Amino acid sequence: MAACSPKGGDQNTNSNDSNTSVVEGEVLIDGSSTVYPVTEAVAEEFNIENPKVKVTVGVSGTGGGFKKLIRKEIDVANASRPISKDEIAQLNEAKIEFIELPVAFDGLAVVVNPGNTFVDYLTVEELKMIWSPEAQGKITKWNQIRASWPDKEIHLFGAGTASGTFDYFTEAIVGKAKSSRGDYTASEDDNVLVQGVSTDPLALGFFGLEYYLQNKDILKLIPVDDKNDTNGKGAILPSEETVKNGTYQPLSRPLFIYVLKESVAKPAVKSFVQFYIDNAADLVKDVGYVSLGESNYKLLSDRLKNGKSGSAFAELESNVGIKMEDILK
Amino acid sequence: MNLKEKIIEKLLLFCALVTIFTTAGIIGVLLIQTFGFFSEVSIIDFLTDTEWTPLFSNKRFGILPLLSGTILTTLIAVAVAVPLGLTIAIYLSEYANPTFRNYVKPALEVLAAVPTVVYGFFALEFVTPLLQSIFGSGLAGFNAISPGIVMGIMILPLVSSLSEDALYAVPKNLREGSYALGSTKYQTAWKVIFPAAFSGISVSVILAISRAIGETMIVAIAAGQQPRLTFDPTVPIETMTTYIVQVSMGDVPHNSIEYRTIFAVGIMLFVITFLLNNLSFYLKKRYQEVYQ
Repeated sequence: MAACSPKGGDQNTNSNDSNTSVVEGEVLIDGSSTVYPVTEAVAEEFNIENPKVKVTVGVSGTGGGFKKLIRKEIDVANASRPISKDEIAQLNEAKIEFIELPVAFDGLAVVVNPGNTFVDYLTVEELKMIWSPEAQGKITKWNQIRASWPDKEIHLFGAGTASGTFDYFTEAIVGKAKSSRGDYTASEDDNVLVQGVSTDPLALGFFGLEYYLQNKDILKLIPVDDKNDTNGKGAILPSEETVKNGTYQPLSRPLFIYVLKESVAKPAVKSFVQFYIDNAADLVKDVGYVSLGESNYKLLSDRLKNGKSGSAFAELESNVGIKMEDILK
Repeated sequence: MNLKEKIIEKLLLFCALVTIFTTAGIIGVLLIQTFGFFSEVSIIDFLTDTEWTPLFSNKRFGILPLLSGTILTTLIAVAVAVPLGLTIAIYLSEYANPTFRNYVKPALEVLAAVPTVVYGFFALEFVTPLLQSIFGSGLAGFNAISPGIVMGIMILPLVSSLSEDALYAVPKNLREGSYALGSTKYQTAWKVIFPAAFSGISVSVILAISRAIGETMIVAIAAGQQPRLTFDPTVPIETMTTYIVQVSMGDVPHNSIEYRTIFAVGIMLFVITFLLNNLSFYLKKRYQEVYQ
């Protein structure tokens, strides 16, 4: 991974702990496995510039991360969903203030081989029919999904069971995390999936949107229709825009870090979180997610500086149709 | 005997024992973990269930899809390597002039020195697209036929070289006797020399089969990762070795049932190659011709 230097002059203006002074201490992080790669990438880069700070990133799931935050065992919680009202209540009860920082968007792409001419779009219902556990060994041909499609085998490719992508896809499509058919090519290595779909005319696969964007020429992206017109009519093609504005549902979502407000007083935590915001735009792309856009990261920087406590996302009914700028301002 | 002699003797014994203990250690680890596996999964299910999905919520532990993947790729490899290898062996030992033989045999053996990861990408990036351009788009990008063929090329020198050694070792007077009775070169090669060298040839073929069954990198790269009970060579499959790689590389927690599956699959592989090696030992003894 390329070493990313902090963007522009932000680093020097926002705090007194500029690169010249040595920051020491510890930053404890835990939570979602989906956010883990971003935080881990940030931690690695951060350690190059601040070798005296010990950053520990754990993976105990979003819920587990919040539990630890409530017990003040960690400074930062990684989360692949907004904090729940229940969790906020527990934090309030313990008189703990926190800062909510969305850091990236996670979008999944549903793809077929470019030689596949018949699939124009897929509905969430159809995807559910294909991937639910009951389909195992039964839904094996394209015409079982839509009668007008050819009487040919369908070859499925998808994320492996150890990946956050697998959890997210099964939750969003099948309705229960980790609930999926097992008779498909399952790999944690997205390149295997790209290779498989791009060389197999009967393939259907899913993986992180960023991997599609890196391999546009050899894959065909399929728009997904969730049959809910309030978040955009008909089938919607994932793009940076539809992921950001929340119309590509249910396969896109924002990812967060939640910082304990009292920890921000510690120089190590403060400079780490600042570094995170300054470098997230590049690093989230490296690990396969969609960035919020430069201007939004600037807003996050303000949020951190003002120490704005509480959650704006917990109040939302859904992530649909959100405008990140409006929420952050 | 002086002390020096004794030390050297003990050292040599130690070296010999290291290999035995290593084997015993491997078998021990396999057995312990497999025992843990079979305390949770019935051996009947393991051997008869037709689905293999231990990493998913609906866990099924039927080895048959992985076994069929291994057998399918191995059969394709053998179908390529045995006819080709035997023809080459007979040509080199009976027809080719000695100078030619001295150049070609080492050249063939170079095939065995190619790293298998290179063969894997050769299958994925060259053979599969080539087959797709010949036979049309019915062939999936990951399939059994292409790694099977490439694996056949990989084990080709094993068959040709060992068989050629066996043919070459057949005493000259058998050839001369055959010619004296009026046989042609072709008749001599196939009806006299080939049967005389049969034990050596069968050993070479079985060694090649063992090698193909245990081959990992080629199939992991080019055959796919989808356990599927099929003998259709055009669709993605998964072999036993690929499964072990897949799980070893993933984030499966130690001592979970998912983790133990790789030992159960490992011992299955071990049993198969063990049986094959014994078969080759038996054939060697049974069919060996002794000449004075």
